[in-house]
Amino acid sequence: MEKIEKKKQSSTTVLQSEKLIVQFGGLKAINEFSFQLSDRELHFIIGPNGAGKTTFLDVLCGKTKPTSGNVLFKESIELGKLYEYQIVRKGVGRKFQAPSIFPSLSVMSNLEIAMKQQKGFWHILRAKLSEGDKEHIHEMLTLIGLKEESNRTAGTLAHGQKQWLEIAMVLMQDPELVLLDEPIAGMTEEEEEKTGELLRTIAKDRAVIVVEHDMDFVRKFADKVTVMHEGTWLCDGSMEEVQQNERVLEVYLGRR
Amino acid sequence: MSYLYSKKTLVILGFVILLIMPFVLAPFNLNLLGRFLAYAILALGIGVLWGYAGILSLGHGIFFGFGAYAMAMYLTLQSGGMPDFMGWNGITELPWFWAIFSNPIVAIVLAIAVPMLFAGILGFFTFRNRITGVYFTILTQALVIVVTTLIISQQQYTGGTNGITGFDTIFGYSLNSVTTQQMIYWTTVIFLGLVFLICYKLVNSRFGKVLIAIRDGENRTRFLGYNTSIYQVIVYSFSAGVAGLAGMLFVLQVGIITPSMMGIVPSIEMVLWVAIGGRGTLIGPVIGALLTNGASTWFSQTYPDAWLFFIGLVFVLVVVFMPKGIMGIISTIQARRRAKKYGKDRKEEAKLYNSSSI
Ligand SMILES: Nc1ncnc2c1ncn2[C@@H]1O[C@H](COP(=O)(O)OP(=O)(O)OP(=O)(O)O)[C@@H](O)[C@H]1O
Ligand SMILES: [Mg+2]
Repeated sequence: MEKIEKKKQSSTTVLQSEKLIVQFGGLKAINEFSFQLSDRELHFIIGPNGAGKTTFLDVLCGKTKPTSGNVLFKESIELGKLYEYQIVRKGVGRKFQAPSIFPSLSVMSNLEIAMKQQKGFWHILRAKLSEGDKEHIHEMLTLIGLKEESNRTAGTLAHGQKQWLEIAMVLMQDPELVLLDEPIAGMTEEEEEKTGELLRTIAKDRAVIVVEHDMDFVRKFADKVTVMHEGTWLCDGSMEEVQQNERVLEVYLGRR
Repeated sequence: MSYLYSKKTLVILGFVILLIMPFVLAPFNLNLLGRFLAYAILALGIGVLWGYAGILSLGHGIFFGFGAYAMAMYLTLQSGGMPDFMGWNGITELPWFWAIFSNPIVAIVLAIAVPMLFAGILGFFTFRNRITGVYFTILTQALVIVVTTLIISQQQYTGGTNGITGFDTIFGYSLNSVTTQQMIYWTTVIFLGLVFLICYKLVNSRFGKVLIAIRDGENRTRFLGYNTSIYQVIVYSFSAGVAGLAGMLFVLQVGIITPSMMGIVPSIEMVLWVAIGGRGTLIGPVIGALLTNGASTWFSQTYPDAWLFFIGLVFVLVVVFMPKGIMGIISTIQARRRAKKYGKDRKEEAKLYNSSSI
C-alpha cells in the first residue's frame, strides 16, 4: 500500500517523443511532434480530421515506423525500432478504432489468448487455464460488465460490448501504457458514461492516451489534453485552458 | 455438452468401423478405402492449415508427392536394386540421393522431415515478410509447377512422367498379398486415428485458439503480443509433414507415384475435399476426402467423361450454397432440432452456440 502511494507521488515520464516526423510520400502526417506523458495520466489527444492522431498511435504501437525522430517508452525503450509484438511485450496495449475482437472465439477465449503470458509457440501449445487465470479473467469480465456472457461467441455481442471486450483484452496484457482510438464512437449515451468510468478506473494504475472527437466526453474525463493540428503540436493543458487558446479556436472554427 | 459428447462417440464408432473393414470388404474395395484414408490424413493437415489458421495452400501435392516418392524409392531399392529407368538412361551407378533411401528408417524419416523443413523454410521467408492470403496461395501453385516440371525433366533420376513403380515387396513380404494389404490398411487407419488425435489436441489447445485468432485478425493478434508469422510457419510445416506421411501410406496401397498424381489438379482437389467436408472442423476433411473420392471412383467408372465437370459443379455449389460444407449443414440441422426440443428461439440458440472443434 505504501509503495503504491509513493509511486503515485513521484510521477515519472512514461512516454516522450522528440521532433517526431512521419512522412507518407509528400505528406507529413506528423511533423516535429513533441509529446510527453506521465504515469497514471488520462491524457486525451484531440484535433481536426487528418491531424495525425491515429498516425501517432500507430507509431507508438509499431504499426507505422517514424521517418525521423523517435519515441522513448519508460525513458530507455525506443519504440520506433521494435516489432509490434515486441512493443506489446514491453507493456504498450492498443485498442483500435473499429472493434477488433475475434468473432468466432468465445468471450472467455478472447481474454485467454490476450492474457499476459509467454506468447511463444512452445509455451502456448502446452498452456492450460489455471484457477488463477480464470479468476483474473472473471475479474476482468466483471469490470467490463460481461460476466454473464463469458461463453458466448464474441461476434454476437452488441457493438458497445465488443468495444469493452477489446478494452479488456488490452488490459489483460497488464500494460503500463494503454492507447485508445475513439473508444466511444458509435456508443449510446449510457455506454459512453460507462466507458468513461472504465477509463478512469484503468488510469488509476497506468498511463492512458485517448484519441477522441467528442468534446463533452473529453471535458468530463480528461486529466490533460493535447491538441494536434496538421501533424504538429498546438498546445496542451486542461480542457479549460485548451479551449481558451487562440490558435485552437482558429483551427476549430477554421479562421486563418 | 451432450452434443459434443455424441460427436466424440460418433468419431470413435467410425474409427471402430474402419478397423473391422478388412473382415467386411473384398480386397479390391479395401484397397480403395485404404487409399481414401491416406487422402483423409492429408486432408486433416490441410484442414488445420486452412480451416483453423486460414492459410490456403494449393501446393500440398508436392509434400504428398515427396512422401510418396521417398517410400517408392525405398521399395524399389529393396525389391530389385537399381530402378530400370536409370539403366535405360545410361546411368550405371546409383546416385547418392537415391542410395540414402535404401534404409527404411531414413526413408520414412525423410518422407516427413523434408516436407516439414521445406515448408518451414518457405513459410519463414513468406510469412515473415507478410506475404499471406492470395499471394501465398499463388506462390504455392507456382511451386507445384516448378517441382513437377523438375521431376519430369530429370527423367534419368526420377522416372519422368511414368514415375516410379514396379516394386512388389516390402520387408520381404509381397505387396500384393491380401495379408500385407490388410496390414497396410490397418497401419493407415491407425495413423489416421493418431493424426486425428494430434489435430484434435492442437486445435482445442490455446495454440488452436491463437490460430483462429490469426485467421480472423492477424494484425490484432500481433498487437496482442504474438509473433504471428512463427505460428503460421509452424502450422504450415506441420501440415506438410502430415502430407508426407499420407503420401507414404498412399504409395504402399497404389503401387505407383507419378508427377501427375501430385500436380496442380490433385493439389486443388485436396483443398476441395476440405471445402466439401467442412472448413474449421476435423471430421469435415475426413468425410470430404472419403465421400469425394468414393464418388469420384464410382462416377469415373460409370461416366468417365463427365467426372471432371461434375466435381467442378459440386465445388461451385458447395462454395455458393454451403460455405461450411457438409459439417455446416449437419450443425445447422442439429441446432434446429435442439431449438425445437427446448422450445427456444432458434436464432437465440444459434447465437449462444459455440462451435466445438472436432
Ligand atoms: N498509410 C497512410 N498512407 C498515406 N497517408 C496516410 C496514411 N495514414 C494516414 N495518412 C494521412 O495522414 C494524415 C493523418 O491521418 P490520421 O489518420 O493520423 O488523422 P487523424 O487525426 O486520426 O484523423 P481522424 O480524426 O479523421 O481520425 C491524413 O492526411 C491521412 O490521409
Ligand atoms: Mg483517426
